[in-house]
Amino acid sequence: MSNSSPTKYIDIQHVEQTFKTKKGLFPALKDINLTVAKGEFVTLIGHSGCGKSTLLNLIAGLTTPTHGVLLCADREIAGPGPERAVVFQNHSLLPWLTCFENVYLAVERVFAATESKAQLKARTESALALVGLTAAAQKRPGEISGGMKQRVGIARALSMEPMVLLMDEPFGALDALTRAKLQDELLEIVAATQATVVMVTHDVDEAVLLSDKIVMLTNGPAATIGEVLAVDLPRPRNRVALADDPQYQQYRKAVIDFLYTRQAHVEKVA
Amino acid sequence: MVSAVFHSPLEAIAPPANSHASPIGKAMSAPHANAPVADTVAPAAVSARPSATSRDFRGFWMAVLPPIMGLACLVLIWQLIASTSNSGIPKPAETWAQAVQVFSDPFYSEGPNDQGIGWNVLASLQRVAIGFGMAALVGIPAGFAIGRFEFLSRMFNPLISLLRPVSPLAWLPIGLLVFKGANPAAIWTIFICSIWPMIINTAVGVQRVPQDYMNVARVLNLSEWKIFTKILFPAVLPYLLTGVRLAVGTAWLVIVAAEMLTGGVGIGFWVWDEWNNLNVSSIIIAIFVIGIVGLMLEFALIKLATLFTFEEVKA
Repeated sequence: MSNSSPTKYIDIQHVEQTFKTKKGLFPALKDINLTVAKGEFVTLIGHSGCGKSTLLNLIAGLTTPTHGVLLCADREIAGPGPERAVVFQNHSLLPWLTCFENVYLAVERVFAATESKAQLKARTESALALVGLTAAAQKRPGEISGGMKQRVGIARALSMEPMVLLMDEPFGALDALTRAKLQDELLEIVAATQATVVMVTHDVDEAVLLSDKIVMLTNGPAATIGEVLAVDLPRPRNRVALADDPQYQQYRKAVIDFLYTRQAHVEKVA
Repeated sequence: MVSAVFHSPLEAIAPPANSHASPIGKAMSAPHANAPVADTVAPAAVSARPSATSRDFRGFWMAVLPPIMGLACLVLIWQLIASTSNSGIPKPAETWAQAVQVFSDPFYSEGPNDQGIGWNVLASLQRVAIGFGMAALVGIPAGFAIGRFEFLSRMFNPLISLLRPVSPLAWLPIGLLVFKGANPAAIWTIFICSIWPMIINTAVGVQRVPQDYMNVARVLNLSEWKIFTKILFPAVLPYLLTGVRLAVGTAWLVIVAAEMLTGGVGIGFWVWDEWNNLNVSSIIIAIFVIGIVGLMLEFALIKLATLFTFEEVKA
C-alpha cells in the first residue's frame, strides 16, 4: 500500500448507483469522481436523502456500484473488510455483549492470527482507554448513555487499526454538548493516529471544524458532487478560537451558501 | 376518611418541592438529579405516613382481593350448578374432600391401571418432555436454516402452511401405524404439534435480526461460526424462547387428548378412567391439576425468557 499514490489513496471513478424500487429504477448517485489522500479527513455533506450514506456504503464495500470503480490503495473495493472500519450512525453495538466484548470481537478478528490473548486484551483495553471508557468496559450497551455507546463504536473501529475510518453521521443522534466533546476527542485521536477518515454529516460546523476537504453533494435523485471545498485551517483546531476566525467564517459561509442558496432543499414526495 | 384528610396536605406540599428541585436537577447529571428531589420530598412523606400506609394497603388489596373474588365467583357458580340441577356434578365441598384423599397418597401404584395422580402427572410430563425435546432438536436448527437461506424458506413455507393447521390428533393414527405402540404414538403427536411454533418463531427471529448487526458482521468479516454464536443466536434467542413457550403450551394441551385415546398411565388417561368409573369429582380435580401444571410450565419458561432477553438498544 505504501507504493500507492498518496494523493489518490481512495479513488472513486465515475461511480453511479441505481436502486431497484417498486416504482422502477431510482438513480441515487451518478458520475461521482473523488479522490481522498492518505491521512486526509474528508466530510460528505448534503441534504438528507442526497445519497451521502449511499456513497459511504460504497466505500465501505457494503454495496457495489451499478457503474464505475472504487479503489482503495490501488485495489478495487470488492466487499467490506476490517481495513475499512465503519462507525455506524446508530453505533450498532451488540446489546448482549459488554463494551469490552464488543471491541474484543473486532480486535480478535483482525489480530488473533498473529498475537496472544494477552496482547488482544491489551489492545481492547487501550482502545477503550482512548475514548475514555475504561470504567465502563464491563457494562452492556443498554446501561450506558448514547454518547458512550457512540464512543464504544469509535473504539471498536479504531481498535482494528483500519487504513480508513468511515463514519456515517456518528454524532447525529447526540445532543450538542456531547457532540462537541466527541468531535474534540475525534480530532485528537485522528491527529495521533494519522487515520484517513471519510465522514458523513449534515452539520456545517462539524464539517468545517473537522475536515481537510468538504465534499458537497447536490440534491438527489441522481446526486453528484456539486463542489469540493479545501479547508485550509491550521491544526490543532480549537473550536473556541475558531468561532471568530474570519477564515473559518468564510468556509462556513461557503458551505451554507451551497446548501441553502444553490441547493435549497425541495422536499419532494418521491 | 382519615386517609382523605392526610391525603390533601401531601399533595399540596409535594408540587412546590418538586418544582424547586427540578432546575437543580437539570443542571446536574442524572444520578444527582434524583437526590435533591428525594431529600425535599422526604419530610413531607414523614408527616404523611398514615396516608402512605393506607395507600400500601390499597395496593395490597388490589393485588389480592380481585383474584380471590374471581376464584370465589367460580366456586359459587359451580356450587349453584351442582346444587340446582341433577347434572351429577359434585359440589365443591365433595370435590375438596376427594382431592384431600387423592393427594394424601399421590404416589401409590397398584398395577398399571391404578396409580396415584403423582405418577400420572409425571408420566404425562415425561411424554411431553421427550416429544417436545425431539421437536426442539429438529425444529430449532430447521428454523435457523429456513430463516438464514431464502431458498429453504421458499421451499418449506408452503409445507409448513399446509401442515401446521392440522389438528394434532389427526396425526395420532399415523403414529400408531408407524410406531405400533400407544406410547410412541402419543410422543409422536406431541412432537408434530410442538415443532411448528419452534420452526416458525426461530425462522422469523433469524429474518428479523437487524441489518445493522449483520453489517457489523460484514465489516468485521466474521466467520460463519462467529456470526452464529455472537450475533445470530443471541439475537434470535427471545424469538426462539417464545416459540418454545408456545410449543410447550400446545404440547400440554395435546397430551391430555392423546392419552385419552391411547391409554396407559398419564393424566389424560386418568381423566378417562375416572369418567368410566363415573368419578366426576376426580375429573374436576384433574382439570385443576392440568391447569396448575400448565401454568407452572408457562411461568418457568417466561422466567427463562426474561433472563435471555436484552433490552433492544435503539438510537
